[in-house]
Amino acid sequence: MKERGSLGFWLYLMTDCMLFASLFAVFAVLRTATADGPTANELFELPMVLGETLILLTSSFTCGVGVLLLRRKQLVPAVSLLIITYLLGIAFLVIELTEFTSIIDKGFDWGTSAFLSSFFVLVGTHGLHIFIGLLWLLILIALLVRQGITDNLLKKAGLFALFWHFLDLVWIFIFTFVYLLGVAA
Amino acid sequence: MIIKYVIGFVASVVLTLAAYVSVEYGLSSGAALLAVVAVLAIMQAIVQLYFFLHLGEEAKPRVRFLTFSFMTLILVIIVGGSLWIMHNLNYNMMQMTPNEKEYYMTTQRDKGF
Repeated sequence: MKERGSLGFWLYLMTDCMLFASLFAVFAVLRTATADGPTANELFELPMVLGETLILLTSSFTCGVGVLLLRRKQLVPAVSLLIITYLLGIAFLVIELTEFTSIIDKGFDWGTSAFLSSFFVLVGTHGLHIFIGLLWLLILIALLVRQGITDNLLKKAGLFALFWHFLDLVWIFIFTFVYLLGVAA
Repeated sequence: MIIKYVIGFVASVVLTLAAYVSVEYGLSSGAALLAVVAVLAIMQAIVQLYFFLHLGEEAKPRVRFLTFSFMTLILVIIVGGSLWIMHNLNYNMMQMTPNEKEYYMTTQRDKGF
């Protein structure tokens, strides 16, 4: 793995971590500020969130193996795995949006309480990253199909894998500290 | 190389399910549960950093590891500092008589704050 070529992107990921750190800090401070609105315990459905987590984990795995196969010049299995990654990413976003709309259907939104504001901003920012990642992946797959495996595309695919694994890592902390401990507390 | 991804994936799934089960089936509660789930999350973060993001495989100088350490420091300061300051602020906004406040402060001081 070429380390030096992707240092700039790594630095971007670290600053993105700091962005998420501040959003986590806001959520941690405001999680009990429900202003007579619903609490985390009343809103979150853990089985659904567990499904989301496992879907994202699997997509991280297929993405990693896909890029590995790409480096071994196995174009067809690699692209198939990247397409599976894409579909899993779509499934994750659909479940997340279903959860958001079900909260809104119950009559609550980001204006209900400080808790829900910080929840929507934190989880929504992660979802936005996933959405942008999916656009990136779509372009990557299209270029791979058109151009085959080039050095340039290999590097791009490596950066995408880094980004996707990073989003998976951030989600683990959302799953643990927002959902699991929200319901437990 | 693929085996690294398989190990990382299996370990992540196991750690996720362990955290889920300990909350959903209430294996413990309160501070103990918080500690268990937090440790599981940190373990999973280490697994993913090593097996997926390949942190720790780079040659010297370990610039990635250095920047990662710096990011962790900032993260701890932002999250820990916010919680600490806001906790104190909540305390100062509390509706308490001077006597109750005195008692609260003494017990907090004894805890080491």
